[in-house]
Amino acid sequence: MAAYIRVQTEDFNISEEIAALRARNPRVGAVASFMGCVRDMNEGDSVKLMYLEHYPGMTERELQRISADAASRWNIFDTLIVHRVGELRPLDQIVLVIATSAHRGDAFAACEFMMDYLKTQAPFWKRESTGDGERWVEARASDDIAAKRWQSAEKQTRAQAG
Amino acid sequence: MAEAHTSIQLVFLARLRERFGVARETLSLDSSEISVASLLARLRSRDPVFADELAEGRAYRVAVNHTVVGGEHSVRAGDEVAIFPPVTGG
Repeated sequence: MAAYIRVQTEDFNISEEIAALRARNPRVGAVASFMGCVRDMNEGDSVKLMYLEHYPGMTERELQRISADAASRWNIFDTLIVHRVGELRPLDQIVLVIATSAHRGDAFAACEFMMDYLKTQAPFWKRESTGDGERWVEARASDDIAAKRWQSAEKQTRAQAG
Repeated sequence: MAEAHTSIQLVFLARLRERFGVARETLSLDSSEISVASLLARLRSRDPVFADELAEGRAYRVAVNHTVVGGEHSVRAGDEVAIFPPVTGG
């Protein structure tokens, strides 16, 4: 099991990243990936430019923690998280999460879990430029709810086991 | 750097960095440790902007040495204390 994480200004190529993660591991039967990209619209305003800031040091630590957490919950082989920072424009790729496993269930769940936790715990912030000037993007309550459902799922599993 | 023995590093990020007009500063402590709650109270007493942004009930997080902590956590000399808004990456 390896957990790869990268924070970078450069773009990424999903096909190459998946190929690298599968390489030389014939036990992999499933690869789940998620890519998030910049939309040209947010909160009803047109977005021209986005700036992504992070907290170096803590970011890497949180991404490692999220990857390790996923590996402890599901039967997965390797994971990759790539997150871009700096100036981005509509259509640009922002984030990539990949999980490999023997069967699809573990890969799907691990990928979604890592993304939900990244959204609520990894120290990244978006500032967007609209026609009215610049503004920091506000955190969404729906992201907190998405992350919390993994905690309740864990409790349910424990209750059933107990 | 004898100062490092009695001081902490403060880091402000994203919207809070812009509001406070500072990204990083060294803060001297009166004692060898201080609770996060006391540190926040000290920062709030600086000026109306700090008082408003760090008021109780406002949404912000505090991380000590890269780990998010609560108000009861003890900050010690040499620690890096970051204060930032709820995250919005992904």
